[in-house]
Amino acid sequence: MARGAEFTEHISVQVKPGFHVNSDKPEDEYLIPLRLTFTGPLQVEEMVFPKPERLKSGFSAKPLVVYTGAFEIAVKFKVPPNAQDGPNMASGKLRYQACNDRECLKPQTAEVNLSLDIR
Amino acid sequence: MHFPSRGLLSAAILCAFLTGCSKAPQAALAASGGGGGSAKDTKGRKDAPDFALQDANGATVHLSDYKGKVVLLDFWATWCGPCKVEIPWFVEFEQQLKDRGFAVLGVSMDEDGWKAVKPFVEKEKINYRVLLGNDQVGDAYGGVESLPTTFVIDRDGKIAAVHNGIEPSNGKDEIRNEIIRLLDAKRSARNRSILSVPAIIAGPAE
Repeated sequence: MARGAEFTEHISVQVKPGFHVNSDKPEDEYLIPLRLTFTGPLQVEEMVFPKPERLKSGFSAKPLVVYTGAFEIAVKFKVPPNAQDGPNMASGKLRYQACNDRECLKPQTAEVNLSLDIR
Repeated sequence: MHFPSRGLLSAAILCAFLTGCSKAPQAALAASGGGGGSAKDTKGRKDAPDFALQDANGATVHLSDYKGKVVLLDFWATWCGPCKVEIPWFVEFEQQLKDRGFAVLGVSMDEDGWKAVKPFVEKEKINYRVLLGNDQVGDAYGGVESLPTTFVIDRDGKIAAVHNGIEPSNGKDEIRNEIIRLLDAKRSARNRSILSVPAIIAGPAE
């Protein structure tokens, strides 16, 4: 991958059946949004979350804005001009909080690692 | 918006998520407490771990401060939708049963602390004591990996029942019935015998 190059990577996510995770823009101020952040040599130029679904829930008067099942987050990266040659790693963290119709699990963070070779 | 994927990088991680796999099983504490419902027989009840947590006024509150009362100990968070279904139930229980020796303690597991919790408590008009929880108290109570997790504690400080999650259809009645049974129950035999030790009776010498 050349310095200055731009590319897109699709981060695949799978939510277990019966559960949902809040989208990146939940409509309730108390809900914990889905967040993806990266550190490392790559610059994040743009991040596109898929269109969420509006889920009717027994514990909310308003539909919840969530993701269920499989979805992808498209991340556009740029290799900075001063990036070091050779193998590099961009480390990401996906922060999420999941519920089903009876309970909510504590917020969790999943590691997302991208390896690339810069020349 | 769509932009082309170069596909030259190694595959991004498939995030396994969520739920279930990250959910540690409730520890023996919760299981022994009677998981999911009906109050356990007194012999099978384990001690509810004591704790020292702060309330909204900064006062330190211990579970042991409530010995002699039936306590509903509710682990919750402002981001937990099912928790918010239960809170009005507990407000009602507190109001109706506090004079019978009952108390609700709400332990918030909000990472944002009072900044998030205080406005919520005021908005929802929560009439019972709310404490700020931490990992230590969560661990002591079996991990509390999911919310709400609700413990019903008898007058002797023992866990009579544990509820993981909500049962919208009959959960309120089930918990209420457990509380009433504990309020109506006689004190433990040990306590009764202590209470019944007679004062010294003076009388004529034989």
